[in-house]
Amino acid sequence: MIASHDQERAVIARVLKSPQAWDDLRRRAALRLLEMHYQARAGHIGGNLSSLDMMLVLHHDFLDICDRFILSKGHAAGAYYVTLWTIGRLQDDDLRLFHCDGTRLSGHPPAAGIEDVLFATGSLGHGVSLGAGLAKAKQLKSEPGRICCLTSDGEWNEGSCWEALIFARQHDLTNLTILVDSNGLQGFGATREVANLDPIAEKFRAFGISTQEVDGHDAVALSRALRTRRSGPDVIVARTRKGCGVSFMEDRMEWHYLPMTESQYKQALQEIEQKCVTPSAKPWSKPLPAQSLSS
Amino acid sequence: MREDLGRRFINAGVAEQNMVSVAAGLAASGFRPWVYSIAPFVYARPFEQVRNDICLHRLPVVLVGNGGGYGYGVMGATHHALEDYGALLCLPHMRAYVPTFDQDLSVQIDSLMKITHPAYLRLGTSEEPNGAVIPPYSAWRRLQHGPGWLVLVVGPLAGGIWSAARQLYGASRPTLWALSELPCLPIPEEFRADLLRSRRLLVVEEHVEQGGVGQSLALALASAGIAPARFVAKSAQGYLTGRYGSQGFHRRECGLDGASIVDFLTREGSRDAA
Repeated sequence: MIASHDQERAVIARVLKSPQAWDDLRRRAALRLLEMHYQARAGHIGGNLSSLDMMLVLHHDFLDICDRFILSKGHAAGAYYVTLWTIGRLQDDDLRLFHCDGTRLSGHPPAAGIEDVLFATGSLGHGVSLGAGLAKAKQLKSEPGRICCLTSDGEWNEGSCWEALIFARQHDLTNLTILVDSNGLQGFGATREVANLDPIAEKFRAFGISTQEVDGHDAVALSRALRTRRSGPDVIVARTRKGCGVSFMEDRMEWHYLPMTESQYKQALQEIEQKCVTPSAKPWSKPLPAQSLSS
Repeated sequence: MREDLGRRFINAGVAEQNMVSVAAGLAASGFRPWVYSIAPFVYARPFEQVRNDICLHRLPVVLVGNGGGYGYGVMGATHHALEDYGALLCLPHMRAYVPTFDQDLSVQIDSLMKITHPAYLRLGTSEEPNGAVIPPYSAWRRLQHGPGWLVLVVGPLAGGIWSAARQLYGASRPTLWALSELPCLPIPEEFRADLLRSRRLLVVEEHVEQGGVGQSLALALASAGIAPARFVAKSAQGYLTGRYGSQGFHRRECGLDGASIVDFLTREGSRDAA
């Protein structure tokens, strides 16, 4: 089971080296994500589309058998489930039952039933601490592997996130990477208008955390940032667009919660089909050599 | 402990939410974390972290709360833990351990090192009666026989009540039990037998009535068809006069101290005799 999983990842990692393969993967995942959310009449599609590229890059290009992923922004569960589906860890039948009675795939990641999902999330502000706990355990056991935790930007309103950051720095958790889906919107407004943390990267740096800022829809930039050597726990602030790839959803606050109508769904499908590359995609290039980051 | 545990002793700072979630991460990686603080800071402040990160995943994390009930005395209401085990026992897989006497602690710790579920260890001050022979540890333990009421006391509160109740004789002398693990089910056969004989039950706990042992035991007994003819539950009442003091002060104010229980039993004993 594990061997075949490894082999599958290895194959996928090779495929991802071509821009066409990445575009195909991204399109296939986004279409499936839209279908799931439309059929389930589920909301949260905006924040799912903003974080989908990160989860795809993580699972297809970065995470190894010793690594662990925590989706702290649990409302992006759909994108996580689709990502797991693209690597063969979930099946079509699983996705078809998304949000349905008797499903394994609850609206936020469940406590049990999916091997890859380590923790039930959905209440914001838990993931970084959980990740810090996993990273601390590896540190104590001298085990290899990296813990990657994907947060939203609004999530950093939660004081517990900063508690976790202090802990991670204090304990020099060099095996912890925190990604921030910085789409600039939260439940009922722009993050700048609700509880402004900009420039958030500077705040992370002020805590002594190595911080990079990248385009969160640029697979190459994400891959490069993930592979950059760290001097401690690190943060990747990924600039993203809520509803990425669907014109009427992009940067629109209401797509935090709204389900799609039939006509909206059809338009969204059409736009994703036509935009076979992510809007910000740049010419494909190999990741740069690893470089050291200062705080 | 710090010397013995070395790198596994972690001072998590003044950050209880993070402390509990980190413990969950450690437990998910095979460690057996013990999380310690003044009681309200391990169950009330990080309650959601306890629920979501520990209990939903049935992780073997032990929350150690020092100063159960009014244990922190005159330090004030923010430092008291009057609804700790009631709140925690609502959560999946959680069990609470309330040592009655000092000697119970080592037995409970041995047990807690083997558990496969979350646990809350509520620490208080042991009050062992002079000259009393304490029976070996058991979750339910009979401390004293008597023809009067059947009295069940939760945790270390039992020591002071036992000291006072040992002075009672005749119809007022109670059969006294101490309870050190929650939830209180299953109810042992010996306790049932004592209840059928006495038909009068007094439950005493340094915890609010809601979610307390009194409520859960009343439900259990009624459901089993062995409800006593008389049932009285004495519990923490908060701050009846708005004044603060030692643990003993608050116990007296709520009628939970040994003298108050003896008054109750004497009064009821006389009434029963009449």
